[in-house]
Amino acid sequence: MIRRLLIANRGEIAVRIIATCRRLGIESVLAASAADLAALPARLADRTVCIGPAPSAQSYLNAGAIVAAARDAACDAIHPGYGFLSESIVLAAAARQAGIVFIGPTEAQLAGVGDKLRARELAAAAGLPVVPGGAARSAAEAADIVKRIGCPILVKAVGGGGGRGMKLLSDPARTGETIAMAMAEAEAAFGDGRVYLERFVGRGRHVEVQLIGDGDTVVALGDRDCSIQRRYQKLVEEAPAPALDENLRARLHEAAAAFGRALAYRGLGTVEFLVDAGRGEFYFLEMNARIQVEHPVTEAVTGLDLVAEQIAVAEGRKLRPALHGIAPQGHAIEFRVNAEDSGRDFRPSPGTVTKAVFPAGDGIRVDTHVEAGSAMPPFYDSLVAKIIVHAEDRPAALALARRALAGCRIEGIATNLDMHRALLDDGEFARGGVDTAYFARFWRGGGAAPR
Amino acid sequence: MNLTRDDVQEIIGLLDSSPFDELRLETGAFKLTLKRSGAGGWTQENETPAAPATPLPAATAKAAVALEPGTVAIRPPLMGTFYRAPKPGAAPFVEIGSLVEPDTAIGIVETMKLMNSVPAGARGTIVAILAENGEYVEQDRVLMILRP
Repeated sequence: MIRRLLIANRGEIAVRIIATCRRLGIESVLAASAADLAALPARLADRTVCIGPAPSAQSYLNAGAIVAAARDAACDAIHPGYGFLSESIVLAAAARQAGIVFIGPTEAQLAGVGDKLRARELAAAAGLPVVPGGAARSAAEAADIVKRIGCPILVKAVGGGGGRGMKLLSDPARTGETIAMAMAEAEAAFGDGRVYLERFVGRGRHVEVQLIGDGDTVVALGDRDCSIQRRYQKLVEEAPAPALDENLRARLHEAAAAFGRALAYRGLGTVEFLVDAGRGEFYFLEMNARIQVEHPVTEAVTGLDLVAEQIAVAEGRKLRPALHGIAPQGHAIEFRVNAEDSGRDFRPSPGTVTKAVFPAGDGIRVDTHVEAGSAMPPFYDSLVAKIIVHAEDRPAALALARRALAGCRIEGIATNLDMHRALLDDGEFARGGVDTAYFARFWRGGGAAPR
Repeated sequence: MNLTRDDVQEIIGLLDSSPFDELRLETGAFKLTLKRSGAGGWTQENETPAAPATPLPAATAKAAVALEPGTVAIRPPLMGTFYRAPKPGAAPFVEIGSLVEPDTAIGIVETMKLMNSVPAGARGTIVAILAENGEYVEQDRVLMILRP
């Protein structure tokens, strides 16, 4: 039974986790950097502990400081949120050694899915289709793969994630230099220079399946479409995935659950697929062993509190019977409001928010750590708020989204709100089921035009 | 106390059945403003009194840079963390005496997890390096000085 929980994260997800703690009667202790001590999460938590200076490497990425803070505050458990150390075996092991529950899967499962190459092998072994490709330790090995599967090819860092550490190779003649650059960048960014190559499927959709497991039983809690991306960063997510053949949807859920069962997965996890809807084919991309940014759309259509379910399985409980065979109700869409100036090529816009007006009302949920006076420090990611709408069907959700975004005003920093509004005016997006190449096309084609 | 989403929904429900267009609720712990907006929906503005905001790590003395006539200051395109080398342990992009073109990268500034290279901005020779590797810099900070 978890009574006092350390939250090793910041921003909106810290606020989100605190909300569940409060509902469940769990005391929340926030581990915050010096730059975040006056931020909203620090004021909402029952207690806040400073774990280091502003730069993440000295605070949110410092497993030793986090476990020490949890021990000193006599916490039973650590919730790592997403990003930072959410999938860190080092943090999980340090917590275990200190007798503290790490809210996440087992260390072996983290090792299995955290290493993309190994995850690919495990998925293939569990019978999931994987994108043709393989690991390359040298330019020569890469050249062999290029010869075998042909360009275009995506070069991915084994240690990468969240869209970072990827390079597109379109010309076989550039294999050598691209691989060398990708390895150097991967080494610099992730401390792991290994890369692997995958056939680039340009017209695929990004559909993911939410899983929860108790180490024994694994169930799929529905799917999300995250195809609206810019430079591999998700901008809009929806549940359920629109305009998807029901037979294909069922196969995706079954494949994800099969992978979870093969791992005897315990915790909340997401299996990401690249879906070629036209051909009715799909490929395993990766598994994320943590709560995702876009989890609220699943919560909206299932009525679940995924953080609460995550805490329950971390306590060693079995899945609640209610989690089996959940059918989504209605349609939900999430818009990520980022401190990126969509009028200036998405240039980051750190600073102080002087005014923050968010929409409110039936079917509208806003997950944020921002209000008037909040700082958006340059040290961390640019997520300002997630605006989630839920209605009986997709057209109603889109209409609600237009009203919700019209009522949203952020001043003091630049954001991508205009981009979201323009997106909602686009016919192709409104029809639903676009692929991951859509957004770049839309934005180049005048999406950027002032309204 | 703090307001939950459900609390706000409930208050909106009450307001919907009332003739009022705006509600301001202020307690010692929070300030909430609900407004019926033109588009027919409701908007919500929250404020939770904060302890005085912690300033960002002090950007080291910047005003005191006196430029010699004929030299050019190089400033970052954005505030962020300044790096002199492409990765830890690698050789810096430039040193004192390096010859640079306007588009030569003299460093990187990391802002909100995005890396932006810092161009020299002019052709010349680097004559002074004022910002340290890993230092937090504001946009008006002089990173380096070059002599055309």
